[in-house]
Amino acid sequence: MENGGQPEQLRYAAVLHWTTLAGFIALVITFAAYMLGWLPARVPLERLPQLWGLSTEEYLKATNTPTGWSWLFTMNQGDSAGQIGIAILSGCSIACILVIMPIYARLRNYAYLAICFLAVAVLAASAAGVFTRH
Amino acid sequence: MMHDAMNLLREPALEWRGARRVLPVHSAPRASAAGRLATIPGVICPQQGGRAGILRALLWLLPAVLLLLALPAEAIDAGTQAAPHAAVAWWVWPLALFVVCFFMGMIAVPAGVGGGVLFVPIVGSFFPFHLDFVRGAGLLVAMSSALAAGPSLLKNGMANLRLALPLAMIASVSSIGGAMLGLALPANMVQTALGITILGIAGLMISAKKSEFPHVPQPDPLSQALGIHGLFHDAISGKNMPWQVHRTPAGLVLFLVIGFLGGLFGVGAGWANVPALNLLMGVPLKVAAGSSSMILSVASSSATWYYLDSGAILPIIAVPSVIGMMMGARIGAHLLTVLRASVIRRLVIAILLFAGVRTLLKGLGIWM
Repeated sequence: MENGGQPEQLRYAAVLHWTTLAGFIALVITFAAYMLGWLPARVPLERLPQLWGLSTEEYLKATNTPTGWSWLFTMNQGDSAGQIGIAILSGCSIACILVIMPIYARLRNYAYLAICFLAVAVLAASAAGVFTRH
Repeated sequence: MMHDAMNLLREPALEWRGARRVLPVHSAPRASAAGRLATIPGVICPQQGGRAGILRALLWLLPAVLLLLALPAEAIDAGTQAAPHAAVAWWVWPLALFVVCFFMGMIAVPAGVGGGVLFVPIVGSFFPFHLDFVRGAGLLVAMSSALAAGPSLLKNGMANLRLALPLAMIASVSSIGGAMLGLALPANMVQTALGITILGIAGLMISAKKSEFPHVPQPDPLSQALGIHGLFHDAISGKNMPWQVHRTPAGLVLFLVIGFLGGLFGVGAGWANVPALNLLMGVPLKVAAGSSSMILSVASSSATWYYLDSGAILPIIAVPSVIGMMMGARIGAHLLTVLRASVIRRLVIAILLFAGVRTLLKGLGIWM
């Protein structure tokens, strides 16, 4: 299949490989630290069975859990640290699309440059919490 | 999602390994890749022995595991009102989740469905977690699987980036809308709609046709302008077959709907992506499966960000699910060497029907 040889496709694949790998490693390490108690849990693990049946809104209220990116400032806690792997995995597509944009620019393929720009804008806006009610 | 793409795209390597291990020496090395691809899913070799038995036993353990897991949840639900889930140690649930996801991963890959489409109705029905957290974890499961499969799909040319990007961009917009609506609606309403959707997916699996290489007489102007076309290497004939697409505007509209459903229910959308690409737009089946994975990885990302930002992803639910599903998928791919794909597909349809009915009845408040 000739498309496998397109430069943007190969570059996308390379970045996707490394970012996904980084995300999985972070996911496993931080979860192990959370479960094994190497990092203290903000919401005690023993309390979770009484809380995970609540809706998101009720859970956040009951545990006083901050939303958005505030978990970044409490990375010394197991439940917050567990979010880093999830954030890396969720960010893989943004990184991949960003690295292929210069290729489309060089090829003067403005249609795909615009599509990439829009895709990154949507993903970045979602990541930034533009659509979220806090 | 343990996705159609993972099924189709892992097949050559897996079946080659299967053939090398289980077929007579004289037949394995001479069989062409295409021949092995065509024959293995339907062939069960007598030489497979103990390993095959273990895999079969593992497969048939799944319904038993689901029932066993359903029992404590049911018993607890019927128990005290004050602390309904406190009777079971906290670590039992993530461990049970890991085990169930391992089994789901095993059957999702050979059945050609995504893990998310099994995950959300089963975990949402039989585990004590709120549907918000289940859908958040389901999206992460779907996205992780698609991301993991992505690099090899792109390198092998099984996924086409120029086909995937416009559709992924559209689907990522609508998946945010779906996620927003899903977290705003009452859980029982979402659960009821999910039950109906899962039953619809089971119906689609029973009735859907596939076209290995659809005939596209004339590409539409939009796909021509975007340069969406490619060259597919047909392993059976050994020929390079050019492909092109049609009905691109209709495809964009359909992916708007698919993305919305994926974000709303957290089920991913491989079950819908592949038929849309293959039957509507005329993409060859394997390119459709590979490109579907790329679309899913981008579209799920936007909805996952929304769930993460809203606090609807709990690591204690999401991480064991992702790890269990990924590990199960590796075993599941080997199942194709010992069981007919149609048997596994029928099992998945049966599970979807059961989980769909359970989800629907739970949403309606009939079977809590």
